[in-house]
Amino acid sequence: MERIPILRMGPFLLITIQVDMHDKLAMQLQDDVAQRISDWGSAGVLIDISSLEIVDSFIGRMLANIAAMSRVLGADTVVVGMQPAVAITLVELGMSLPGVRTALNVESGMELLYGTLGTFLGAPNDRSEE
Amino acid sequence: MNKLGEIISQNEETIRAEWLKHMTAAAQRADLMSNVELQEQSRSLLDAIKRGASSSQPEDVSGPAWSAARESLQDLSVSRAHQGFTPSETATFVLSLKQPLFSHIRRELSGDQTAMFETLWTCTSLIDKLALLTAEAYLAAREELISRQQQELMELSTPVVKLWDGILALPIIGTLDSARTQVVMEELLQTVVATNSKFAIIDITGVPTVDTLVAQHLLKTITAARLMGAECIISGVRPQIAQTIVHLGINLEDVITKAKLADAFALALHKSGRTVVRISATAGGGNAGAMTAMRKDG
Repeated sequence: MERIPILRMGPFLLITIQVDMHDKLAMQLQDDVAQRISDWGSAGVLIDISSLEIVDSFIGRMLANIAAMSRVLGADTVVVGMQPAVAITLVELGMSLPGVRTALNVESGMELLYGTLGTFLGAPNDRSEE
Repeated sequence: MNKLGEIISQNEETIRAEWLKHMTAAAQRADLMSNVELQEQSRSLLDAIKRGASSSQPEDVSGPAWSAARESLQDLSVSRAHQGFTPSETATFVLSLKQPLFSHIRRELSGDQTAMFETLWTCTSLIDKLALLTAEAYLAAREELISRQQQELMELSTPVVKLWDGILALPIIGTLDSARTQVVMEELLQTVVATNSKFAIIDITGVPTVDTLVAQHLLKTITAARLMGAECIISGVRPQIAQTIVHLGINLEDVITKAKLADAFALALHKSGRTVVRISATAGGGNAGAMTAMRKDG
């Protein structure tokens, strides 16, 4: 069965979505992420959606779900590389993904995750970069 | 050949002279166009009407015989729309042709009541149709003018400027409506991707009023930018606008707002780990060469 690969990068998980997401794939991804976080004790999840060009409310909810789930499991989620068209669509759909942190690209997303690593225990919801 | 065409071609010059004489001051508007221009317009229009009325189908204004008259009227309306004539002034120009035509018809056909009535009827319906045509052309010209200006306004007023590496500014001038927000949003997001910017400062100094709709549009833009990983700061909030926002109960809690663009820029510099220092104590404040932004280590 088709799956979206989840890579392990030190304390973080790296997920690059490069195919069109259909609902089954999204459900599978949610399950896999939860499983991996608990298996590997990851402290952060980075989802790169720079190749994702079509998005609907289901995918939007999947992103929010993954973020919420990860938080319960003690990991921070960063979504990176969202295309302008995708961002506009999500906003028009009324999904502002309040619990999800975002960054421009994988590099700054990783920076963000490493930044939170130090203060992770102290302030999980602290959004400043220091 | 019908009577109307005959009458016009026989008395063309006198009709034109009377037409211009009877034309009210309102339709002439000497302040907007010269007498020479008026003479020229009336000559070409009357000539075109003469040709149309002398044709085999004098009633059919949309037919080929009247194409010269239609074109002449079209040009006339367009030029008057641009010159600033009102619609009624433009239509009166054509309608005032009735009086001289009627008096000539009465003089020529006084012996034959039936012919006179028929010719009068043809004449009045023709002139009415031409006047309607003029009004339509006038409106079309105005409409085109408005839509072009709208387009220009839209393109003019959405520049995204780069203030520093990774910091964009978006000075918005004019009221934000849905169409403009769309353009602004797309422009901003494209630039965020292209320049890899982490901060975007939306300056609303030039926005005259902020109501709930404008605020909603702003929030949408900010949310979209956040989804892409850029942080937005609103600057240029004037005291009245701050009051309006509070009175309307608009929730801008999740958005950083600053009074001045300079404050927002300083904040963006600070957040990206930079600080501005003066390298010479003697140099003046506004000297760009004396200022530099440095990145703090660690």
